[in-house]
Amino acid sequence: MSDTNVSASPSRRRFLATASGLVAAGVASPVLAQDAKIDAKALPPNVADWSKALGEGVVAHPYGSPSKFEKHVIRRDVEWLTASRESSVSFTPLHELDGIITPNGLCFERHHSGVAEVAPQDYRLMIHGLVERPMIFTFDDLKRFPRVNRIYFLECAANSGMEWRGAQLNGCQYTHGMVHCVEYTGVPLKVLLAESGIKPSAKWVLAEGADAAAMTRSIPLSKILDDCLVAYRMNGEMLRPENGYPARLVVPGWEGNMWVKWLRRLKLGDEPWETREETSKYTDLLADGKARKHTFVMDAKSIITSPSPQAPIKGKGFTVISGLAWSGRGKVKRVDVSVDGGRNWREATIDGLVLDKACVRFYAQTQWNGEPWLLQSRVIDETGYVQPSKDDLRKIRGVNSIYHNNGIQTYAVKPDGEVENVEVS
Amino acid sequence: MSKYRNIAFAAAAVLLLGCAGASAQPAKQTAKPAAKAEAAKPDAKPDARLHIGQPATAQQIAGWDIDIRPDGQGAPPGQGSVKQGEEIYMAKCAACHGEFGESAGRWPQLSGGAGSIASPDPVKTVGSYFGSVSTVLDYVRRAMPFGDAQSLTNDELYAVVAYVLNLNDVVDDKFVLSKDTLAKVKMPNAGGFFEDDRETAEKSFWNPKPCMSNCKPEATITGRARVIDVTPEDKSAGKVE
Ligand code: HEC
Repeated sequence: MSDTNVSASPSRRRFLATASGLVAAGVASPVLAQDAKIDAKALPPNVADWSKALGEGVVAHPYGSPSKFEKHVIRRDVEWLTASRESSVSFTPLHELDGIITPNGLCFERHHSGVAEVAPQDYRLMIHGLVERPMIFTFDDLKRFPRVNRIYFLECAANSGMEWRGAQLNGCQYTHGMVHCVEYTGVPLKVLLAESGIKPSAKWVLAEGADAAAMTRSIPLSKILDDCLVAYRMNGEMLRPENGYPARLVVPGWEGNMWVKWLRRLKLGDEPWETREETSKYTDLLADGKARKHTFVMDAKSIITSPSPQAPIKGKGFTVISGLAWSGRGKVKRVDVSVDGGRNWREATIDGLVLDKACVRFYAQTQWNGEPWLLQSRVIDETGYVQPSKDDLRKIRGVNSIYHNNGIQTYAVKPDGEVENVEVS
Repeated sequence: MSKYRNIAFAAAAVLLLGCAGASAQPAKQTAKPAAKAEAAKPDAKPDARLHIGQPATAQQIAGWDIDIRPDGQGAPPGQGSVKQGEEIYMAKCAACHGEFGESAGRWPQLSGGAGSIASPDPVKTVGSYFGSVSTVLDYVRRAMPFGDAQSLTNDELYAVVAYVLNLNDVVDDKFVLSKDTLAKVKMPNAGGFFEDDRETAEKSFWNPKPCMSNCKPEATITGRARVIDVTPEDKSAGKVE
């Protein structure tokens, strides 16, 4: 795709290209972007080519992919964030999605040493430590166990981490795209641990990945027995390599980093291991120089996905404000929306499933006639937790936490429908 | 609207209280019979095992059991000196982390940052932030050198970590790191961490009646992403897979 002849500012160029998926050349405003390539011969009263000629037959694409007109709906990364793509992150295009389920190929990625390519016949899961019987399972073994299907959100603890000191990245893909929500099929760890037995002194479980980072986290045994799974399917099909094929840990409601991918080992112990990923990383440094550790639960959070900087408003009049909300503490109870920067709020409608530790989709129908909005959403979960403003978070946590930034996002909607990530008083 | 909600909330609270009070007893009473019924079911054996999988052998475990705890549990035999570590570090680590741990380019910085952790610009390194030596040892053993993980011998591992500690002035030039000396090393930020206290420190975020109208004076914009302008351009947006 080329973007020559674009006179607009660089970020404006990006709006156009990402919002419409069309070559942005010469397009004056996002409202008109879609008209750029209209082929009058395809419009009534004419009859389009696709209504006359045969199209591709079955199995032209044995594993289907999205329409070629949806090529702009992709994961993206921010190159300056990391030194190498093997230890990096790509972001879910939240602004292009609706409902609560993230398509597998769009789930954000975070690897610490690239994607491990594990052959299923060579996959082994070892369970040892403070158990009665150290055990080893093949992938076929795993698939023989009773299994459950659960929809959960997975959010990286560093999601929105670039925004602690103020508005930085322009688009919810970049500011909030380290979250996805899929249906997992997997074996409850309670069931697996019955095979090994558990010694009474066991309190913690070390989960370790088979990738070249051997990603490791300590997880309380109580959580493991409560609702954790060893999952091998997402949205019905086998896990994608980048999501931990053939098997990963599912730790509902807790930091994404703990959902160890390419899971190879579970060791039971009586103390946490204080691995690099739970001390050097994934600890929340406060202003006084002390850091919170073991901040496992993801606080309730919401984000308006449309309109948003990558999804500007395309026309005046009736407008649907749409977004996602979730809470690591349970179910979402309510989502409120404000168009005046949090001064006045109205309740949004939650559409579809409301599940424990899963995303919900919310909508607010309204009219927009070019007035400058300061758009916000705030979620309230079933424990009564209310998503705080960014400033209220900063008052307690300072700006050096990196992790767990669940503050309320503000978007400025301009008279031409463009949207910008801003902060408000 | 808000008045109406108040009434609704109050009613719900009464209902909840009422329910809790009324149901506490029956719940207790039913707990036992239910458990008994479960035990009586033919398929609920005292042994819940499904007998899937194989016992893991000591040899299998030994090859994968690489974790090291702060108390030294899991630390392998062997030892390495700062001097030996310098050579290994220069050959296998310096290209990314810099000759003195200062970082070459944008790779993680391993040294420096002393005293910066409580400042507005904290520099987190092994010396300034890591809470225990085992964390460095465990991590390098499993993940470094980046791209050639689990390639160091135990002696090389101890040596290179001793050198990284020395770069951070945590140990002197003569130091030899081993399972036995591990516990003697005091990391500067050892006391820097405390357990998650959000549910008390952030209690104010649990609010039964979040404000709905006139919550604050008119909001004004205080910062903009486009002024900073670090969002990736459409170069990536147009990439065709
Ligand atoms: C090719 C570049 C490269 C080389 C060579 C390399 N590292 Fe690293 N190192 C990295 C990267 C990248 C990370 C962060 C990985 C991640 O994202 O999890 C890292 C992380 C670390 C960390 C953790 C830093 C922190 O603050 O959490 C330590 C300690 C470390 N390396 C030590 C070493 C040692 C010792 C060697 C030599 C034996 C080495 N590294 C060789 C790239 C490299």
